[in-house]
Amino acid sequence: MVLVLALGDLHIPHRAPDLPTKFKSMLVPGKIQHIVSPGNLCIKEVHDYLKSLCADVHVAKGEYDEDSRYPETKVLTIGSFKLGICHGHQVIPWGDLDSLAMLQRQLDVDILITGHTHQFKAYKHEGGVIINPGSGTGAYSSITYNVNPSFVLMDIDGLRVVVYVYELIGGEVKVDKIDFKKAQPVG
Amino acid sequence: MQNSGPDDISSTEEQEKWLADALALVQHHAFYMHRALDSCNLRDALKYSAQMLGELRTSKLSPQKYYELYMKTFDELRMLEVFFKEETKRGCTTAHLYELVQHAGNILPRLYLLCTVGSVYIKSKDAPAKEVLKDLVEMCRGIQNPIRGLFLRSYLSQISKDKLPDAASEFEGEGGTVVDAVEFVLQNFTEMNKLWVRMQHQGPAREKEKREKERSELRDLVGKNLHLLSQLEGVDLDLYRDMVLPRVLEQVVNCKDELAQYYLMDCIIQVFPDEYHLQTLDTLLGACPQLQPTVDVKTILSQLMERLSNYAASTPQVLADFLQVEAFSKLSEAVVKVIEVQPDMPLVGAVSLHVALLTFTLRVHVDRLDYVDQVLGACVKKLEGVGKVKDNKATKQIIALLTAPLEKYNNIVTVLSLTNYPKVMEHLDYGTNKVMAVVIIQNIMKNGTFIMEADKVEALCELLKEIIQDSDGSPALDELDEEDFMEEQNLVARLVQMLTNDDNSEMFKILQTVRKYFLKGGPKRLGYTLPSLVFSALKLVRLLQQQDESSGEDGVTFPQKVFQFLLQTVEALSVVPAPELALRLYLQCAEAANNCDLEPIAYEFFTQAFVLYEEEIADSKAQVTAIHLIIGTLQRMHVFGVENRDTLTHKATGYSAKLLKKPDQCRAVYACSHLFWVVDGRVQDGERVLLCLKRALRIANAAQQMASVTKGSGGTLTLFVEILNKYLYYFEHGNQHITNSVIQGLIELIVTEMQSDNTTQDPMVDSFFASTLRYIRFQKQKGDGVAERYASIEL
Repeated sequence: MVLVLALGDLHIPHRAPDLPTKFKSMLVPGKIQHIVSPGNLCIKEVHDYLKSLCADVHVAKGEYDEDSRYPETKVLTIGSFKLGICHGHQVIPWGDLDSLAMLQRQLDVDILITGHTHQFKAYKHEGGVIINPGSGTGAYSSITYNVNPSFVLMDIDGLRVVVYVYELIGGEVKVDKIDFKKAQPVG
Repeated sequence: MQNSGPDDISSTEEQEKWLADALALVQHHAFYMHRALDSCNLRDALKYSAQMLGELRTSKLSPQKYYELYMKTFDELRMLEVFFKEETKRGCTTAHLYELVQHAGNILPRLYLLCTVGSVYIKSKDAPAKEVLKDLVEMCRGIQNPIRGLFLRSYLSQISKDKLPDAASEFEGEGGTVVDAVEFVLQNFTEMNKLWVRMQHQGPAREKEKREKERSELRDLVGKNLHLLSQLEGVDLDLYRDMVLPRVLEQVVNCKDELAQYYLMDCIIQVFPDEYHLQTLDTLLGACPQLQPTVDVKTILSQLMERLSNYAASTPQVLADFLQVEAFSKLSEAVVKVIEVQPDMPLVGAVSLHVALLTFTLRVHVDRLDYVDQVLGACVKKLEGVGKVKDNKATKQIIALLTAPLEKYNNIVTVLSLTNYPKVMEHLDYGTNKVMAVVIIQNIMKNGTFIMEADKVEALCELLKEIIQDSDGSPALDELDEEDFMEEQNLVARLVQMLTNDDNSEMFKILQTVRKYFLKGGPKRLGYTLPSLVFSALKLVRLLQQQDESSGEDGVTFPQKVFQFLLQTVEALSVVPAPELALRLYLQCAEAANNCDLEPIAYEFFTQAFVLYEEEIADSKAQVTAIHLIIGTLQRMHVFGVENRDTLTHKATGYSAKLLKKPDQCRAVYACSHLFWVVDGRVQDGERVLLCLKRALRIANAAQQMASVTKGSGGTLTLFVEILNKYLYYFEHGNQHITNSVIQGLIELIVTEMQSDNTTQDPMVDSFFASTLRYIRFQKQKGDGVAERYASIEL
C-alpha cells in the first residue's frame, strides 16, 4: 500500500495564512510516500513544509507560484499507475472535464491531478480518473464560492486506488472515499 | 592590587602548615582531656580542655582554615558536654560548674567552656533558660576580635538553638517566653553583625578585596541567626512585624556597610514567608532608600517582587490580600524612589526593575490594564531623552518588558489598549524593533487573534511600522538579508487575513487603513503586501454581492467603491514593477465585476490587463501564460454586450496568433475557440468556432513545415491530435458546423502524416492518437443516441 497525498491551491500567504490546524495535525511526517501538488502553494516556505512531510514532492506550476522552475506538467509512475499533474489554468474552459480528459489522453496517464477551481472533483471517464483535491486552505477563488478546505489521500494497491477526500466543513473534518480499479493491461 | 604571585602561593602553604600545626596541638590536648574524662578528673578535664581551646586564640588563620580548626574543637567539646552532664549527676551542681569554668586563664577558652556548661545548665532547668542565655550573650562581648568573636557566638547559637524558650517548647514558662528567645537571638545577631562589619576596616586599604572575599566566606554565620528566627514557632506575623523586622532592619541600616546590607536584605527576603513580606511591605520598602548608595537595591527589590509574583501565582487565594495592602502602589513607588536615589544606575538596571514590577503586576492584577500601562509609562519616563537604546543588555530587558504582556494576554487587541506600549517599543533600535514586530505578528497568527476595528488596525500598523515602511533610521534595503526580508514581508501578507470584520463598512475602513500604511512600503514591499489586500477586498465584494447591497450614496454603490479601491491598489503595483502579478489581479477583479453585473468596471479591468500585456510583458513564456489567463477569464464572462465582447475577443485571438512560437500560437488560437462557444453566457457561434480551429490547423501545418525545413525532418503531429480532440469536443457538444467529414478529414491527415517518412516518430503522439481513437470507439458503444452520431466516423 502506497500513500500519495494530493494537496494544492493553498495560496499562502496572500489568500490564506496557513493550512487549517486540523489538517496540520493529521499530516504527520513519515506516513506518506509521495506528495503530488497541482501548484499555487505559493512560496518556498510551503514547499519546505511539504518536504518535511515526505521527501518525494512533485509540484506543477500554478500561475501564482513563486518558483519558476516548477514544470507546467509532470508525469510519474507509482506502482502500476501513471500519474499526471497539471495546475489547470492552461486548460480552457477552466474546470471543464472533457477538456481535462483531452489533457489526460495527451499525457497518457491513468490519474490526472489538477486544480485551479478550488473545488474537489473525482471524475472517472473512459480514459482514466481526474482528481482535483480542491484548495487545502479553502482559499478564495473567482470560480468557486464558499470553498471548504480539502485534500486527497490516494491509497495505491496493485491495480486498485482508493481515493480518500478530506474536507473541513463547519470546523469538522469529513472523510469520503471512492474506489477506482484499473483495467488489467492487455498483454 | 596584588594578583596571584609567589607570595600568595606561599601564604596558602603557610596557612596549610599553621592549620596542621594547630590541629595537631588540639589533638594533643584532647588526648589528655579524654584521659581526664575517663578518670572523672574534673580539674584535669578543665585544664586540658582550656589548653585545647587555647588554639582557637590564633590570629594567623584565614576564615576557612579557622573554621576547620573550630569544627575539630567543636567535636571535642561535645564529649566534654556529656562529661559535664555526668558530673552534675555525681553531685557537682550546674551552678558550681558554671562558676568553676570561669577560672580558666584566658578569656576565649573561658567563654567556650561557659557556653558548654550553659547548655547543660539550661537543659537541667536548674535556672530559667532566659537568664542563662542573657548572661552568655553578654559575656561573649569580651571577645572583640571579628573572626574569633564570630565563631564563638556561632558556637553559642549552635548549642542553644534547641534550648530556646520557644512557644510550646519544654523551656517555655519558667524558662521564659518566645519574646525572650527572640531577644536573645536578636542580640547575638546584632553583635555578630557588628563584628562582621568591623572586619571591613581592619588591615591596609590595598587588601580591601581580600578582606571582602574573607567576609563573604563568613556571611552565613551571621545569616543563620535570621534563619533561626524564622524557625521559631512562636514568631507569628505580629511578633515578626512588631519586634523581629524592625530590630533587624535597624541593625541593617545602622551598620552602614554595603556588603552586610545587601546580604542581609536578601536574607530577610529569602528566609521569611512571603505572607509576612506582604504584610510588612511598608517597613521593608521603607528601609531600601536608607541603605548605602552603593548597595544594589534594584536586585533586592527585583527579588522581592519576584517572590511576591510567585506567591501570587501559586496561591490565588491571597490575591485579595495583595489588593488590601495596596502592594502594587507601594512597590511602584519604591521602584521610583530607588531609581531617584541612585542617579548613576545603569539603564539596564532601571529597566529590569520595571520588568520585575510588570511581571508582578501581570500575576497579581492581570485585569488591571491601567496598572500595566502605568508600569510601562514609568519606564517610558525613565527612557525619555535616551533615544534608541544601544546597550545590548538594556535592549534585552526592553524586549522582556514588551513580550510579557503579549504572552500573558495572548491577545494583541488587549495589548494595543496599553497607550505606553508603542512608546516603549520606539526606544528599540531598528533591527531589534523589527524582531519585536515579527514576534508580535507571530503571536497574532499563533493565537488566531482577529483585529476587528479600524482604529485598532491603525494602532497595530503604527506599532509595526518599521517592517511595513522605510523610516529615517533604516539601513538601505540591499544591506538586509534577502531571505529574512522575504520571510518578514510574507508574514505581513499573512497578517492581513487576521484584519477582518463581518460588518462591511468597518471592513472597508480596515482595508483603507491598511492600504494607507502599505503604500508607504515602497517598491520592494508592495509585491508582497498588496496582493493580500486585493484578495481581502475581493472577499468583501463577494459578501456584498451575496448580500445584494445595491443602494449607495451619491450614486456610487458600495461595490463600486470597493472596485475603485481595487483598481487603485493594483495600479500601485506599477512602481515595483510587477506587470505579471498586476495582470493576474486585474483579471481576478474583472471576474468579480462580472459576478456583480458591472459591465463597465469589468471592461475597465480587462483593458488594464491588455495594456499590461501589450506594454510590459515581453518574455515569451510569460506571454503564453498571460494570454491563457486572459482567454480563460474572458471565456467565463457573461456580463459583456456584443460590442465589448467582440472587441475583447478580437484582441485575444489577435495576440494569440502573434505569440512567438508557432506551437504556442496554435494552442492559444484553439483555446480562443471557446470564446465563441461559451454556453451559460450564451453565444455558441458554431461557425466561428470552426473558423478558429481551422486557423489553428493552418498554424499547425506551418509549424510542421517549418520544422521539416529547419530540422531536416517533419515535426511532431501532436498539435494535429490536439485539434482533433477539440473537434471531438465540439462535435460532442452539438456544434453543427463540426461535421463527421471534418473530423474524418483530420483523422486521415494524421494517419497519412504518421506514416510519412518525413515525420519523426514520437511514442507520446502515437499513444495520444491511439487513446483519442479509443475514445471515439468508446463513444460508438454508448447509448442515448451518442453511438449513432459517431457511427459515420470510420477508423
